[in-house]
Amino acid sequence: MHGLRAWLRNDFVRLGARDMTAPSIGIAAWGLVTGVAMVKSGLSVPVALTMSLLMFAASAQLATIPLLAAGAPVWVMLAAATCVNLRFVVLSAQWRPYFGALPRAQRMRLAYFAADLNYVQFVHRFPEPLPRPGQLPYFWGGVAINWISWQLLSVAGVLLGDRVPTHWGLDFAGPLVLIGVVGSMLVDRATWVAAGVAAAVSVLAYALPLKLNVLAAIVAAVAAGLLVDHRSTRTVLPLDDRT
Amino acid sequence: MQDGVEWTWPVVLTLLALGGVTLLTRGFFLLPDREWPLPAWLSKGLRYAPLAALAAIVAPEVVLTQGQLVQTWQDARLFGALAAALCYAVRRDVLLTLVVGMGVFLPLRLLLGW
Repeated sequence: MHGLRAWLRNDFVRLGARDMTAPSIGIAAWGLVTGVAMVKSGLSVPVALTMSLLMFAASAQLATIPLLAAGAPVWVMLAAATCVNLRFVVLSAQWRPYFGALPRAQRMRLAYFAADLNYVQFVHRFPEPLPRPGQLPYFWGGVAINWISWQLLSVAGVLLGDRVPTHWGLDFAGPLVLIGVVGSMLVDRATWVAAGVAAAVSVLAYALPLKLNVLAAIVAAVAAGLLVDHRSTRTVLPLDDRT
Repeated sequence: MQDGVEWTWPVVLTLLALGGVTLLTRGFFLLPDREWPLPAWLSKGLRYAPLAALAAIVAPEVVLTQGQLVQTWQDARLFGALAAALCYAVRRDVLLTLVVGMGVFLPLRLLLGW
């Protein structure tokens, strides 16, 4: 208790929390949508709450929900979630200069909480990729606000969704959000082609068993994207996404 | 929409594995003790894989009904998705996209039964 009070008085913790307050309003709205989408897609309340706590990743959750509801095999869900989360792999390399020297157990805890917007705020405060005093409390202040606002509104969405009749179709909020996220990743011809190929293959191959249409679509789209990319030379990383 | 996904051991283990995906992707280069360089195949695949996975999951949710292509244009999802796509193209704001998409989808679904 004493430790918590000292922590809350730490200037860097407060600064991290303050910097995260405005972005976390958007995060909270996402949490609400994800919570509603989980139960309205057929997940029971305990399953939805567990998913929210364990995954803590909006896009990956919204992508996994229809697969889980349709009874897709575990490895297909893992492959889809991994692909959606690949942007975090790049961010993890960016975190390393700041936190790479910490004990591994601590790095594990950091990794679970390290969402995209936390990285944006963190690099804004500490542009130089070197360990500095105050970085760790700043990180924890920010992720605390982010995690709490996401989880609270996600739980609210789960409980709310449980009371709304299914025929309203509120689970459609999930695909609608993902349409925006896909839009944010369309930066050039190669990404447009990849998205079009993925959508077409996924629909045409829908009859495949085990939800393999999703994997077939990813493979075809990556191949198509690389092919178009090979003919032009521009490279822009599509990283404009949130959690 | 099928039967509900209930709290059973296979489901809980699946969720644990999916939580592991979050941890391993967010910690991919932070967790090893020695530093690895970002492999070229990963940075190239990264450009298209997340986009492909999301598009592959969204498209059937919009245009298929129980595995069949929609047979009528009177489907609230088509108009909701179209409105959302147009909204994002103009305003580039994901939350606004959701609000506009739902604003088109819900009246069609609830008032007209599309």
